[in-house]
Amino acid sequence: MLRLEKRPTPSRFWLYATPVVAVVLTMIVGGILFALMGKNPFEVIRTIFWDPVFGEFAFYLRGQLLVKAGPLILIAIGLALGFRAGIWNIGAEGQYIMGAVVGASVGLAVFPTDNRLIFPVMVLAGAFGGWAWAMIPAILKTRFNTNEILVSLMLVYVAQTILAKAATGFLKNPEGMGFPGSRNFSSYPAAANPELIAGSGLHWGGVTALVTAVLAYILLSRHIAGYQIKLAGQAPRAARFHGVSPTRLVMLCMGLSGALAGLAGLFEVTGPAGQISIDFNTGYGFTAIIVAFLGRLNPLGIVLAGFLMALTYVGGEMASTNLGLPAAAIQVFQGMLLFFLLAVDVLTNYRFRLGAGAASAGAK
Amino acid sequence: MDFGGINPVILIAGLMATAVPILLAALGETVVERSGVLNLGVEGMMVIGALGGFVTAVHTGSPALGFLGGAVAGALLSLIFAALTQVFLANQVATGLALTLFGLGVSSLGGQGYNGIKPPHTPGLLPEALAGIPVAGPILFGHDWVVYFSIAMTALVWWVLKATRIGLIIRAVGESHDSAHALGYKVNRIRLLCILFGGAMAGIGGAYVSLARVPQWVDGITAGAGWIALAIVVFASWRPWRVLAGAYFFGGIGALQLNVQVSGGIPLGILGLIALVCGAILAVGLLRRSTPERPQMHPAAVAVLAVPPLVWVVGLAMGVTQIKVPVEYLSMAPFVLTIVVLVIMSSGRGKAATGAPASLGQNFHASR
Repeated sequence: MLRLEKRPTPSRFWLYATPVVAVVLTMIVGGILFALMGKNPFEVIRTIFWDPVFGEFAFYLRGQLLVKAGPLILIAIGLALGFRAGIWNIGAEGQYIMGAVVGASVGLAVFPTDNRLIFPVMVLAGAFGGWAWAMIPAILKTRFNTNEILVSLMLVYVAQTILAKAATGFLKNPEGMGFPGSRNFSSYPAAANPELIAGSGLHWGGVTALVTAVLAYILLSRHIAGYQIKLAGQAPRAARFHGVSPTRLVMLCMGLSGALAGLAGLFEVTGPAGQISIDFNTGYGFTAIIVAFLGRLNPLGIVLAGFLMALTYVGGEMASTNLGLPAAAIQVFQGMLLFFLLAVDVLTNYRFRLGAGAASAGAK
Repeated sequence: MDFGGINPVILIAGLMATAVPILLAALGETVVERSGVLNLGVEGMMVIGALGGFVTAVHTGSPALGFLGGAVAGALLSLIFAALTQVFLANQVATGLALTLFGLGVSSLGGQGYNGIKPPHTPGLLPEALAGIPVAGPILFGHDWVVYFSIAMTALVWWVLKATRIGLIIRAVGESHDSAHALGYKVNRIRLLCILFGGAMAGIGGAYVSLARVPQWVDGITAGAGWIALAIVVFASWRPWRVLAGAYFFGGIGALQLNVQVSGGIPLGILGLIALVCGAILAVGLLRRSTPERPQMHPAAVAVLAVPPLVWVVGLAMGVTQIKVPVEYLSMAPFVLTIVVLVIMSSGRGKAATGAPASLGQNFHASR
């Protein structure tokens, strides 16, 4: 009979092999799912994973890849810092929305002034919006011991209501013929976030995401705060003896992840989305949770995972227009990926043994 | 009797029905968490149950079979969670979130082609004549069987957890899985069964949304109810009757929301009532925080309780009968109130005092 046995130390090999195995398993099971839906599984998988990078329209789709990966990476890095410390910020979607709303409000308040400082100030405002929204669960957690998972999640629904109010009320385009949605930032250059190199898909959000990944990597591997984050996650008691303040850690991790999510929201709304609309948020805040885990909560891994997840978005859209694959199938596909990742992850800390294995039970 | 355009009898009867989905899901989650497992996938299991129930009911024409289908769908999805956390020892928080994302995706995939269909009607359980009795009729006798089922399940879960051997085993596993294991109980197997029960209950709750509350199929039909159910378990301190009270409080907010959208404003009397309930919860929270060394919390509690009636009297004196609230802000009310109640209930007390199972969220592996 198969049984699990704990490894003395986590396996380095499986730590890095897990995401690869999970992706392969997801492709196989996803392929079966697509076949059951009456699609040619090989064609669908090729459309999702191959065509956006090497196919006929790759020159355009490669740029789209960066557009989707930017916010995912930015949000996931912030979440990963918290997850490492055992702080579960699940409401990144809400912080993303609030960053966009606050940043856009600042920009639209001074419309149509032209000043080169407008966009940087909006970026700061966006980070502030996300930070402030994340501070609500952080303060409630540290002050009143309230569960941060539930509070941050509830705040997503509240943020969505505020977004709806913004799009139909206080940020509504006065020249928009009564349609919901704010002014479009593409017609307001001082506040816009355009493509930096034509056709590359790179905008300030992508730049920030890549820079943040490097900074976060340095923070985790070289800085005392990164050490404290890892320590608090792996051995909370030891961390307290070491003098790590749980309150400061919660504030730091929640604040950072909120600010990064807010930044992602601002770059999205001023760039690819173009305006505040009722449904400009497309669930990046939730998908980023998958990205964080897929990247092993490691900033550099997250960059790779972000591109892979962007691939499923871009390829999924292709598959939906070309092959008639329902958009929800991609959501299922992404969920499956996380399942397989979590399942295969057992091999990092445990190994499978054949037989009754009485020896190991006696040893420890 | 009328409170500024809102009939309290209809409101109470309405809240009992509105509360059913979150009550059932929260009861299931109570058992799951009492066994030491934190399943954050309630929303996913509910939405799958809503789809499973809807599809079954539409194809068989029987609402009863529909609820069964919802239970099976919810339990099947929770089986994934059980396999991942109990066999593969995956992180419960991450797995629960994955379950919600996956459930939402599967339901919107499977629900294609079911938009715009009306499911078979779930009839009232008792004869019409009883429901016609003034006041007591609609509140006590006018419901379909699921409402009575949800109350019966509250009593059943309470009794099983409190007074039976099964309940004792579940609680033992949740409080100290190492001790339970040493006593010879199969920790992971017991937890697996509890997870399946939680999934089935969430599934029935979801099916009630798509078969009786809405009743039709739309994407993401449960709209956050699963998360409110999770919150209710926490601030009910893992106790079934408090879960019922919490679910009815939120059911009341939901029912009120519908009424207010029709009448255009919140009547002062109802607002006073909500404030009174919130004040009572706050007062209980304050009283619990006060210790023999810090008795000053007692006057604070009394003061908190005195504010709502005072506001009400002042309002009446000024001739205010209802307060206009934009619909957008009303729709965020359940979530804001959840946060407020969570804060009050969890403040100032350690994990032990809140009644949280000691092994909550920790995986068990016998080799340790």
